[in-house]
Amino acid sequence: MTSPTPVLSDAACGVCLGLLILAPLAIAGVALINTGLGRSRSAAQALLGNLAIVAVTSIVFALVGATFSGAIGGAGHSFQLAGKPWNWLGAGPFFLGGLSAAPLQPQLALLFEFLAVAFAALIPWGSGADRWRLTAGCAAAAVLAAVVFPLLAHWVWDGGWLAQLGVNFSAGSGFVDPGGAATIHILGGLSALTVIWIAGPRKGKFPKEGLSTALPGHNAVYVLFGCLVALVGWLAFNVAGAILWIHAPFSTLPSTALGTLLSASGALAATFTVTRIRFGKPDASLCANGWLAGLVASSGCAALITPVQALAVGIVAGVATPLLVELFELAVSIDDPSGAISVHAAGGILGLVAAGIFAGQPGQLLAQLVGIATLLGVVLPLVYLLFWLLNRMTPFRVDQDGERIGMDLHELGGGAYPEFVIHRDDSYR
Amino acid sequence: MRYAGLIVMPAGFFLSIAAILLFPAPSAAARAAFVVCGLGVEALGLVVAFRGHMEARSAVHANGEDR
Repeated sequence: MTSPTPVLSDAACGVCLGLLILAPLAIAGVALINTGLGRSRSAAQALLGNLAIVAVTSIVFALVGATFSGAIGGAGHSFQLAGKPWNWLGAGPFFLGGLSAAPLQPQLALLFEFLAVAFAALIPWGSGADRWRLTAGCAAAAVLAAVVFPLLAHWVWDGGWLAQLGVNFSAGSGFVDPGGAATIHILGGLSALTVIWIAGPRKGKFPKEGLSTALPGHNAVYVLFGCLVALVGWLAFNVAGAILWIHAPFSTLPSTALGTLLSASGALAATFTVTRIRFGKPDASLCANGWLAGLVASSGCAALITPVQALAVGIVAGVATPLLVELFELAVSIDDPSGAISVHAAGGILGLVAAGIFAGQPGQLLAQLVGIATLLGVVLPLVYLLFWLLNRMTPFRVDQDGERIGMDLHELGGGAYPEFVIHRDDSYR
Repeated sequence: MRYAGLIVMPAGFFLSIAAILLFPAPSAAARAAFVVCGLGVEALGLVVAFRGHMEARSAVHANGEDR
């Protein structure tokens, strides 16, 4: 494995490793939220899908993806345009070759990317709840881990052209994404949008006449406890990312952690207030979405701005999230059970823009906007194309019978709660 | 229509790239304006894609399906 000159001390690497061992709690939290926001008759399939996606992405990224993501300062494929090098694809060894002989820093960067790709692939799974087949979900996760995530991770984290915007075109420090707002959350949110476009809404969600039908999540306790579990993982992701990707000194790490907590807290308070004003009582699932949106926004900016600025960013995320969820459902007929588009895509964009505005470096906002333009103009069409082809080979949507009896019985042969009465479709009318 | 929207979106990306290639660093306003125009084109593409999604939903209902 080609490795860059290490810049992190052994102490920094040790702290980073400890944090990365805690980071999977963010994945666990989102898995609980995805499961709780789905219906009871699909709960086992939902949670098994989360596990399977983590497994599939880990294997595929080890075999293929890590080669194309490369490493900072490692080999890569470049072309010349306007007299500048455009490093667009990593060229690492296949099958993690030479990993054990590499210095600690690139090994930690690779571990971060393994967790990031699992997290990104998990996000669309929640949006396809109650209708997305398990095999198709795993195949989509494999495509993300083999093709899309490695490209994006190379561009953003491993010395690719977006990271080099500062050096080559005097755009601040180049595109900066310390906590994975772009590589994890916006990628996941845009993937969720394509899954919803391709698979369509759940049966009965949008009847021929009248407004959309509310299909509430089956377990608010899973959802809200998942939010608390996710906080631990998010703190780990954001602080480890600050160490690894922007080489933040130890003295700034408590501020990054505090910014993460305040962003989530501000978002929850704002969503609580907005839903109380709109519906008369606070809405538990929307409050959970608001909390998550605050965490997602912090991924883009907590390491670069002050905690008070992070609080302001969280409040904006918390106000926007319930309004966006409502807009997507009522105005454009998007059936997104986990709210991934509003939470992960919109929250991530907000965090990246906030980093550009508050970072205080000339040209930084421009670099962030070019990064967002890349996500919308390249990544979204690419994911749609790949998922559209995949849907031709292994259909995303379960057949009508499967949707009627529930994904648990149809795909697994047994339910998550065998002693409970499971509601029929008619119960929701 | 959804495909038309998705095809428009890369045009916005190329507009953003053109901004950093064509305008040197000191002309920050022109650069920023071009990048914002690129994002505007992408937003238009996204709106068209959403319109396509809604038309597809209407077609599903016209076929008598209730989803």
